[in-house]
Amino acid sequence: MTEITSLTLYELIKNIKEKKISSNEAAKSFVDRAEKSKKINAYVTENFENCLKLSKEFDDKPNFDLKLPGIPIAVKDLFCTNEVRTTAGSNILNNFIPTYESTVTQNIWNEGGILLGKLNCDEFAMGSSNETSFFGNVQNPIAEDLVPGGSSGGSSAALAANLTPVTIGTDTGGSIRQPASFTGTVGLKPTYGSCSRYGIVAFASSLDQAGPMSKDVKDSSILLEVISSFDKKDSTSIDFKRNNYSSELNRNIKGLKIGIPKEYRVDGMPDEIEKLWKKGIEYAKDCGAEIIDISLPHTSYALPTYYIVAPAEASSNLARYDGVKYGLRSSGKNLIDMYEKTRSEGFGEEVKRRVMIGTYVLSSGYYDAYYLKAQKVRQLIKQDFDQAYNKVDAILTPSTPSSAFKIGEKSNDPVSMYLNDIFTVPVNLAGLPGISIPAGVDKNNYPLGLQIIGKPFDEQTVLNIAYSMEEKINYKNNITDWWMK
Amino acid sequence: MDEIMSKNNSEYLIERNDNVYEVVIGLEVHAQVTSNSKLFSSSSTKFGAEPNTQVSLVDAAFPGMLPVINEFCVKQAIKTGIGLRAKINNKSVFDRKNYFYADLPQGYQISQYKYPIVGEGNVILDMPEGQKQVGIERLHLEQDAGKSIHDIDPSNTLVDLNRSGVALMEIVSKPDLRSPDEVNAYIKKLRSIMRYLGTCDGNMQEGSLRADVNVSVRIKGSTDLGTRCEIKNVNSIKFMQMAIIYEANRQVDLIEEGQEIDQETRLFDTKKNETRSMRSKEDAHDYRYFPDPDLLPLEVTDEFIDKLKSEIPELPDDKKKRFIDEFKVSPYDATILVSDIDTAKYFEEVVAKMGKNRDMKLAVNWITGELFAVLNEKNIEIAQSPISAKNLAKLINLIKNGTISGKIAKTIFELMLDGDIDPQIIVEEKGLKQESDPKALEALIDKIINDNREKAIEYKQGKEKLFGFFVGQAMKASGGKANPQLINEILKKKL
Repeated sequence: MTEITSLTLYELIKNIKEKKISSNEAAKSFVDRAEKSKKINAYVTENFENCLKLSKEFDDKPNFDLKLPGIPIAVKDLFCTNEVRTTAGSNILNNFIPTYESTVTQNIWNEGGILLGKLNCDEFAMGSSNETSFFGNVQNPIAEDLVPGGSSGGSSAALAANLTPVTIGTDTGGSIRQPASFTGTVGLKPTYGSCSRYGIVAFASSLDQAGPMSKDVKDSSILLEVISSFDKKDSTSIDFKRNNYSSELNRNIKGLKIGIPKEYRVDGMPDEIEKLWKKGIEYAKDCGAEIIDISLPHTSYALPTYYIVAPAEASSNLARYDGVKYGLRSSGKNLIDMYEKTRSEGFGEEVKRRVMIGTYVLSSGYYDAYYLKAQKVRQLIKQDFDQAYNKVDAILTPSTPSSAFKIGEKSNDPVSMYLNDIFTVPVNLAGLPGISIPAGVDKNNYPLGLQIIGKPFDEQTVLNIAYSMEEKINYKNNITDWWMK
Repeated sequence: MDEIMSKNNSEYLIERNDNVYEVVIGLEVHAQVTSNSKLFSSSSTKFGAEPNTQVSLVDAAFPGMLPVINEFCVKQAIKTGIGLRAKINNKSVFDRKNYFYADLPQGYQISQYKYPIVGEGNVILDMPEGQKQVGIERLHLEQDAGKSIHDIDPSNTLVDLNRSGVALMEIVSKPDLRSPDEVNAYIKKLRSIMRYLGTCDGNMQEGSLRADVNVSVRIKGSTDLGTRCEIKNVNSIKFMQMAIIYEANRQVDLIEEGQEIDQETRLFDTKKNETRSMRSKEDAHDYRYFPDPDLLPLEVTDEFIDKLKSEIPELPDDKKKRFIDEFKVSPYDATILVSDIDTAKYFEEVVAKMGKNRDMKLAVNWITGELFAVLNEKNIEIAQSPISAKNLAKLINLIKNGTISGKIAKTIFELMLDGDIDPQIIVEEKGLKQESDPKALEALIDKIINDNREKAIEYKQGKEKLFGFFVGQAMKASGGKANPQLINEILKKKL
């Protein structure tokens, strides 16, 4: 029989329900594999002992009616977890242990999930390679010294390395979809307002959204069903009728209209990305979808808009990390000195850069030219999608403009790093659901992803298209466990 | 000495070297919303709790915590807006006002900047020379900060977050006020309206009502506004008045010396009775306001507003008009009676208990005279009055129907204070009933005339002053109980 750790979530649930595998056996397998996979540096905080204990408790009193019966799951370290350290990848929260639980993780535990540990990520989710984490780089299981993407890099790496059956990430500008694309896995960013932001360390409140990351599309549908809920504790949570995403999952996408936006053919895009996209279009046709050329005319403004809106919100959201109440405090001569030392020592370079950009664009005299204008452009980008959705049911694009790059390759060039998000950012600005599925490899055999963008609240269509194309693409990661050797 | 001219009672002018200046004042009043829980969290707002015992994760700005608007506070703000005859905005927006301070856990205050919940309105002031309308610019909702305590620990500042997140209404007036007296009347009127509405208890000692005072001066008659200074966070009417007088004179002195006034934020030092520069315009904070992405725009429907309108009680201005029209109370008395909701309630209860044969003048005089004196002396509010409205009404009726004289009534009033005793019982137990039997009084007067024959003759010869002597003798002989009206009548007849 296949190793427990390489099973999909669906398979693992099935085996547990059929009592072929116990929760504790599953937990042990993942813990054992994690012990041998320290080199990946996926974990910031391990919860192994507690996970083993809780899995035993589950086995003693199993409840197979739950959606995640006794399933061990590791989560991105941006979700606050009760009594388990939550760092957001930052020195400033190095010692922070919440006394509360995020709604999304609570939903998972309510359905029988058990916390394996907290996964590495870019500091405050600011980054596209996991290189800004205070807790060090994460290795992409695909190849040595390759970045796993970011900011949910620990999550994508853990998933690809079979250290967790599924995981959750957060996506502000592509932080679920880009790492999924870099690691040959599936990542879904739901519609803004689908998953509660309560208890998630905030980066950019109007863009942040939690979502599932998994080995295949079906697993994402199972996890989305668990984590998506209306939550009164989050004023931006939306009370819409949520599907039973996994049971309604099907491959009947015949006649669905899929749009191909011409503006996503950006200058300098590698041939292999162009080829992948064309291949994707063929797969979609094979599945019975109708391909329609569309225009999203304001696409080129998305990245600059994002890099005004997100830092602006971040600069304010991160003001609370001041050394007064919790987290790191450096001693200073007076209050201001304490602030300066704490924040200098507590925040890394990328976070400081964004706090400064954000402070600048909100400053008196610059607000109208930057922040206000960016908000107006954001509306135009939203309108682009609204108009496109008059003609099509979903949109197909590449997930990223390139495959995973080497650790250190872009870390000194923030703008080239920011360009990673070029295809994912418009989706956050418009608050839409988007999924990245693995669709092929580049010349180095590094995975490449395709992105399917849906209408607001229409995760089901996005999942169904992804599910259909996944079957045709039939992608399999080739992971050699090189880090164990 | 400052040369302060005062023409009308409440006019405030400053004269220097033939120049007459007037002072232009605008107030930003911070009124704590009466609510059991905070603006964006469910923590209690109770005053005087142990430090940091009324603090939720949201109030302390823990990672991932999100604000959720308290609907009750929104209703309170709208009700206050209605009380200020102001436009209620169907859509308002919460913004973040960003600045660092130890007692501001989020690193920003959630406030309303561009789109407040309440727009323009007005307040009527009853000044001695007549009514004056003061414009309201806006009212917006915002969070209070915590409290930094610098004087407990020698080397550390301690922070109490109990206040952090408490709902405040910032009520911004137009620069329509012209004197310390008007500021006094304005604050009292605002407080009165909010107390009627139950939207702010107006307790300045507990910090429920504080104000930033904007002061500028200009030559009287000019229509241009001078450069203003903002005096921050003044927490009593007296201090507001002192600060305004100091600040206005400081500005006039500067102008007279040919100097410019810097637009700046100042603090009022209550001990030295002076304002001091806190920060200049150049050092002003850049608050980097932007809409709070954690909160959606606040939208209220007309139906929602109308429903609240229907719940608004009669407010002081309407009540005053009704007292004048219905009870024939003088405008002056009506102003006093309606200024405080509890006084108005007390008065109306007295009126109701007096019944058909009521005497408004007596009621007003007894409340604003004897009762107020007792309350003042005991330093208590009318709500804690030792004499109930019911018993005061009885006392007034006893005077009105001639059972007791006004003089005896004062004695009874004193006795009533000891446990709100029914005046009827006192009258009976102490035998204080007025003697109104003409036969008894005639006998009494006959005896007095008999005993004072010579004086009676002098009176008849024209020494009319002696009439008072006979009245006095009759009252004395009756132990003060004789009906003074009857005494008069009988004496006139007999003499």
